[in-house]
Amino acid sequence: MTAFDENKELHKRAFFQARRTNEIMTGILYGIGYFVLIFLIIMTGYIIINGFRDFYPELLTASDDGILNQLWNTIYLVFWSLLISVPLGIGAGVYLAEYAKPGKFLDFLQISIQALSSLPSIIIGLFGYLVFILMTGMRWNLMAGALVVSIMALPLITTETDQAIRSLPRGYSEGSLALGATHAQTIRKVLIPAAMPQILTGVIMAAGRGFGEAAALLYTAGQSTNISWTNWNLTSSRCPLNPFRPGETLALHIWSMRTIGTVNPHSTEIASFCSAILVIMTFVFSLITRRISDNLVKKNTGGK
Amino acid sequence: MTDSSDRSAQVHNSIKSDKKWQKTYTICGAAIIALTIIIGIFLVYRGSESFTKGGHTLAEFLFSSEWQPLDSPGTFGGKIGSGIYIWGTIITCALGLLITLPFAIGAAIFLTEISPKLGKSLFRPAVEIYVGIPSVVYGWVGMTVLVPWIRDTFHATKGGYSVLAAAIVLAVMIFPTITTVSADAINSVSNDYREAAYGLGSTKWQCIHKVVIPAARSGIFVGVILGLARALGEALAVSMVIGNMRAFPADILSPTISLTTTIASDMGNTSNNGEYNLALWSMALLLFIISMLLIFLIHHISKKGAENA
Repeated sequence: MTAFDENKELHKRAFFQARRTNEIMTGILYGIGYFVLIFLIIMTGYIIINGFRDFYPELLTASDDGILNQLWNTIYLVFWSLLISVPLGIGAGVYLAEYAKPGKFLDFLQISIQALSSLPSIIIGLFGYLVFILMTGMRWNLMAGALVVSIMALPLITTETDQAIRSLPRGYSEGSLALGATHAQTIRKVLIPAAMPQILTGVIMAAGRGFGEAAALLYTAGQSTNISWTNWNLTSSRCPLNPFRPGETLALHIWSMRTIGTVNPHSTEIASFCSAILVIMTFVFSLITRRISDNLVKKNTGGK
Repeated sequence: MTDSSDRSAQVHNSIKSDKKWQKTYTICGAAIIALTIIIGIFLVYRGSESFTKGGHTLAEFLFSSEWQPLDSPGTFGGKIGSGIYIWGTIITCALGLLITLPFAIGAAIFLTEISPKLGKSLFRPAVEIYVGIPSVVYGWVGMTVLVPWIRDTFHATKGGYSVLAAAIVLAVMIFPTITTVSADAINSVSNDYREAAYGLGSTKWQCIHKVVIPAARSGIFVGVILGLARALGEALAVSMVIGNMRAFPADILSPTISLTTTIASDMGNTSNNGEYNLALWSMALLLFIISMLLIFLIHHISKKGAENA
């Protein structure tokens, strides 16, 4: 064999080897991809089926065996937290998109947003416990929980608002400014309305976070609830609408069903049912945000 | 004359209101910074009392495993060595990350490079939904399905509550985070890179392995850190499966305890300002500092990435 042949042989071998590796790795990646997909589907299916398998009608009542009170607390808590975080978040998002200039302040703001969105929720919950419970001397209350959730909702709304305004065509603000509107008028009358769908996505994501939050509410909203649906005196600690009463939420209910709730013979069924409801909620929220962003893409690309 | 002065007043008002609004927006931004700083200050103030008031050393807190804190307000003299908790957090997070990494990055490659069509229409939305599933739900499934499975399969001593169970729950929980961020990073690699690689005759795998992954490295790294941050801070889901036993785990099938699980279960049962209680706040401070370090790291990497792009 000549040197040339030997070389050719080597190249051929390298070529076949590369092709084999390629086939093997592609196969492995396919395997991983499908494994993960099937795993996720089975897990969700299990959670939902398991939650409804042992369904009994009292689950939908406001008694100790039901979850109606917890569901109401969750909705009410998310409502208050959005009331606080939406204006503040949109304001900060507008600042980022329209006023912020590169520098130390912007750096700090970006780190703060990142921090608020990725600090462990139990840490933010402890901060809430310290400030809203220990320092005010109040007992567990729904408002403290709402304040904590609004801290975690802020970065989501801020980021979405910022991106929404940034992605608007320049013509929007140029047209408005050319008509003699001030910067603030442009923002309020043109940019925010135009960016509304994507801002809404952020708000829904924030609501979703509030629905699923548990660790942060452990020491703020409290692990119990005692509502009387006939009591409409706002100052009473049993009035459903009074935010300054303990207000255990759905997600926390799962947790307390295995700690203080184990005396309840139905605790397993209740926790499984709550899990199923939470997973379905996550799906619904995610479908809505997807719908909104799909419509946005359609609108921006001229209906394609 | 009056008309023009009217108009000038109007313009004046508009400008004034414009300035007012600018101030409002800036205050909103400043509020977020203030909030973060206040959270930090409160945690530092509260978490450092173990050392300032209680006279404990940092070395004792971090490296000792003698845990005998006193539980009445204002009395000190016990031991607050948190080595077991810290080790519990490290071992569960590390193992969880180890389990999830091949799947998360493999899935990210699959849905961007191997099967982008299926990835975009089905895979991606599916994975994104899982980012939003509440962690207690993962904990509940872990407790009712995974723990009995581990008990029966490996004949674990304490009924399946174990490091392994905690690690698997964490792995499932952080998987979507790592996958979505990594997929974004891979997607943003310019197509020129791939074309150049194919033009030189490389196979798909060679292109992925030698060109695309290295180019998307920093983005993937950010995803891994985000996942790690989430794992470190997870309290309830881990608490439901880890067994909460105050001992170093002998193997991955033994139960142990971690920083977050201790805080979650003991904070409400200890007397305020007691040594026990303050030690828990020190653990919270430790978690806060680690998370902030990770956040600075992410900020640094993404800023550098933005400058390079």
